[in-house]
Parts: sequence; C-alpha cells; structure tokens
Amino acid sequence: MKSGTIKVDYLARVEGEGALYIKIKGGAVEEVRLKIFEPPRFFEAFLRGRHYSEAPDITSRICGICPIAYQMSAVHAMEDAFGVKVDGQLRALRRLIYCGEWIESHSLHIFLLHAPDFLGYEDAFAMAKDHRAVVERGLRLKKAGNEIVALLGGREIHPINIRVGGFYKLPAPRELLQLAEALKRARDEAEETVRWTATLDFPDFELEQDYEFVALRHEDEYPFNEGRIVSNRGLDISASEFDEHVIEEQVSYSNALHSTLKGRGEYLAGPLARYNLNFDKLSPLAREAAREAGLSSECRNPFRSIIVRSVEVLYACDEALRIIDEYEAPDRAAVEIVPRPGVGYGATEAPRGLLYHRYKIDEQGLIADAKIVPPTSQNQKRIETDLHQFVPHYLDLPKEQLTWRCEQAVRNYDPCISCATHFLRLEIERE
Amino acid sequence: MSQPHSLPLIIGIGNEYRGDDAVGLIVARRLKGRLADSVKVLEQTGDGAALMEAWLGAETVIVIDAVASGAAPGAIHRFDAITRPIPKNAFRCSTHAFGVAEAIELSRALGEIPRSLVVYGIEGKNFAAGVGLSPEVEKAACEAVRQVFAEAQAGLTNL
Repeated sequence: MKSGTIKVDYLARVEGEGALYIKIKGGAVEEVRLKIFEPPRFFEAFLRGRHYSEAPDITSRICGICPIAYQMSAVHAMEDAFGVKVDGQLRALRRLIYCGEWIESHSLHIFLLHAPDFLGYEDAFAMAKDHRAVVERGLRLKKAGNEIVALLGGREIHPINIRVGGFYKLPAPRELLQLAEALKRARDEAEETVRWTATLDFPDFELEQDYEFVALRHEDEYPFNEGRIVSNRGLDISASEFDEHVIEEQVSYSNALHSTLKGRGEYLAGPLARYNLNFDKLSPLAREAAREAGLSSECRNPFRSIIVRSVEVLYACDEALRIIDEYEAPDRAAVEIVPRPGVGYGATEAPRGLLYHRYKIDEQGLIADAKIVPPTSQNQKRIETDLHQFVPHYLDLPKEQLTWRCEQAVRNYDPCISCATHFLRLEIERE
Repeated sequence: MSQPHSLPLIIGIGNEYRGDDAVGLIVARRLKGRLADSVKVLEQTGDGAALMEAWLGAETVIVIDAVASGAAPGAIHRFDAITRPIPKNAFRCSTHAFGVAEAIELSRALGEIPRSLVVYGIEGKNFAAGVGLSPEVEKAACEAVRQVFAEAQAGLTNL
C-alpha cells in the first residue's frame, strides 16, 4: 500500500446489555449516554475465509429474535455480488417468511416488553394476571408468526431452509393452506391489537425538530427485501452507496458503533421510519386501521411506535395471506448460483429497521471481508437525543419513576430484548 | 400433539454446541430410550413461548436444564416450580429470548401452569462453544437420568 493508516476494527456491532447515564446540572440535561457493554462478538471477523453459502447460517446467529433479517440481508448481498436476481414465487416466499418474523418479533415487543410500561406494570407477568386476554392474544400472534417461519424456514429459531438463490425445500401447498387458516384468525387479532394500542396513554412528545427517517422504499410494495434507501430529507441511494453516506464512529462508552448520515447527523430506522416513508404502500386494511387508531400518514411521536408496530403486524398478516392466496409452486427451490469475485450489498428491513450487509468475495467464493450494520446501532444516537429532549419534562419525578419513563422511552426503539428488559441501570448525577 | 394428561411430559432444554449447556438435551435423549413410548420426551432450545406451548394441557411436567448458580459443577438441583418460582439467574440461557423461569411465571399468571412442574437444574462448568460435557456434568447426567426416571416411574405407577 502507498501510504495511510492500518486500522484494526475490532469493535463488533451488537445490541445487548445497556446502561444509561444522565448528567443534569441546574435543572438542565447536560449529558445522556446509552452504554452498550455486551462484549464484542466478532462476527465480521470470523466470517472471513468462510464460503459465501455459509453467510446466511452464520449471520442468523447474531440474533435469536430476528434471524430471518440477517439471512435475508446476507442472501441479497451475495446475489448482488453474483449478479443473480431471485424473482417470482421465490421472491414472494421470501416476503412471506419476513412477514412471519415481523409478526413474531413485533408481537413479543408489543405485548411482553412494551405494554407493561403503558399499563403501569413492572413486567409482563404482573400484567398477565390482570390482563390475561391481552397477553394470551399476544402469545397467539407470536405463535402465528413463528409458524410461518417454521414452515418456510424449517425451524423457528435460526432457520435452516434459507440459502443464496432461494430455499433448500419448498413448502407443500397443503401446509400453506393450513397456515392461511391460522393467519386469518391472526389477522383479526392483529386488528384488535391496533384498536387496543390506540387506547393506551401516550406522553405528548413531539420533537421540535423533525426526525430524519431512513428506510427502504419500493415502488410497488411496503418494503421488506428490496428498494432504494430513502429518507424524508432527500436521501435516495442504492444499498451499494450506503458506506459513502453513513459514517460509523466509535464512542468510548459503547461497544456498538454510532451511525450518522454524512453531513447531516443522526437518523432513525425502524417501524416509524418505514411507516412515514411508505404509508401509501400499506394494504387498505392496515391504512384504515391506522387511521381509526388516530394516526395520520405521518407519526413523529416515538411513544406511538407501539401503534405503528401493531399496524405492521396487521399488514404482515394481510400480506402473508395475499402471498399464500396467489402462490403457485415454482419448478425449483432455488436459482442456480455461479459465484464470482466482487463486492455485494444487501439492505433489508428487519423488524427493528434497516439491516445492511456488505461482502467482498474472492475467486474461490470465500468471504474476504464483511460488514454488518444492524438497525439498533444505527438508532443509538437518536435514542440519546430523544432522551435529551424527553428527560427535562420529567425531572420532578422521584428517581424510580423517572428511571421507568426513561426505560419506556428506550423501549420505543425495541432495541432487542436484552436491552429492553431490566438490564437498564440508570445513573443520575445531579449537580 | 397433545398427549393424555395423566402421563408425565419430559422436556430437556439446552444448546448442543455450548459444552455443558447440552446436558438437558442429553438427559432427555437417554430417558427417551428407557421410558415407555407413551411418555412424551421433548428436546427444546429454551424459548419461553415454545415451552408454554409444549406443556399446555399437560398435568405432570419434568424439565431438565443446565444451570449456572455458583454451586459445584455436577450438582443436581430439583425445584418444585408449583410451590415457588425457580431462581431466574441460575437459568438465564440467553439475553435474546424469554426463558424457562419466565415461561413458568407467565404460565402461572395466565392460569396455565401444569398441576405438577418439576425442574431439574444440573450445574454446568463449561459453557464455551464446543461439543461435549465436562466429566462432572457427564456424571451428573447419569445420575439425573436415574432420578428423573424414578420420578417419572413413580408418577406412572400412581395413575
């Protein structure tokens, strides 16, 4: 190399155990730090030297609640590198399995992780005693999502049926019909859930400044696997341009890197971003439910993300049923892959937001290097800013209640169970 | 999928590829060979929702899992989950899913907990990536098979 710096980037990108530090001085919030201290997991490092076909199975281990997202971003990135397009029914089946993951992940969050905050309970168990029907509904919805993933993925957690080019085995039409029956019931329950989330109490929290929302946008559909990466402030790029526009930086107190848009600053990925950028692409049923729940086509209150998530669950049930209804078995389970050296980019919409993968493949089809940017690390800065703006309104509360409000605010982002449960330790330093 | 309510349901929980965390699965496998075919033996990863689903409607359930509670490796703990909650921290399998302890409490809160639910926790020593039990845990696995077998048999003869 001619000149420059060799950097060993050994920080892994994870969500996980979190701590929150807030410094208050003279009644004003001086500093907010969301500390992610789960140890680095080195996925990007140990992907090197592995065969391209292993990427979906290895990266799915990054997360137990959204393995499909990792598998989808991985296979799309590889297919991008090899100039392969997976279309037709295989493409539809990929959307279907993603529907399953959104349903189960969102349902777990809505009912077991976030709802207790709104109803004033310590946790879901305390809530379940008084709101049994609600919790049971949530578990049924989660199960419906898991069933989609189990059928198409071969297994609920870390599915084994996904590969570059498609699947190893196609579902039997009979099994899809059975699934459809369960999904019809799930769709009704999802509708009920939207109505129910609308009855919750929401802090009136709208920022003075707009969020920059970042999500995929597709001309024909609410986005899962394909589309351009856009924002409400004029960003419009392909996945291959992600690295040029998103800067990752290390902060001393977090093991997950912070992302900002070059020249602009922090941004928000996830259901709120998708909703605001793609409202017109929701199914009529989902749009109507959103309106009845008091949402317009735009939502800038992060506490209402719980309603938006429930709208996405409803959409996913609707979309899943549409795909099953229109399904005709393709003649093969996967498109043929001929690997070639190059770089491939994939960006798909995980339940929590945009998930970016980039791989460099060598002449033997092995991974020379990998980059993975999960939605939670992209949102970190945004979470801190939200808290900066939010906390001043609640400073008079006793510490315990203030802590709870802050946790609730962090949970708006559904930053993965390990962070969203009571791993959060709040330190308030008052001067 | 639902079995006659009176026969015990045995669920071994674990992760095949994390050393001693496989012990629950291994105990379940060995039990499967010894108990009558009519006794259902399941192997699971420990996902709370899947557990709740598995024991829904069952009257007598025995769960086996590895624990990390600070006791000597190979120690076998037996918890009666009906009389009191099992210690959460010992059973923490992963920060990414709700696990055994949570599943029990949620079942209890929803009024779905089996009439009898016993949890055997086998103290693990090594939870690093890899296949194979530590010697103390292998020994404990044999002992746990005996204990669970005896308990299951006692349940059967009481029918």
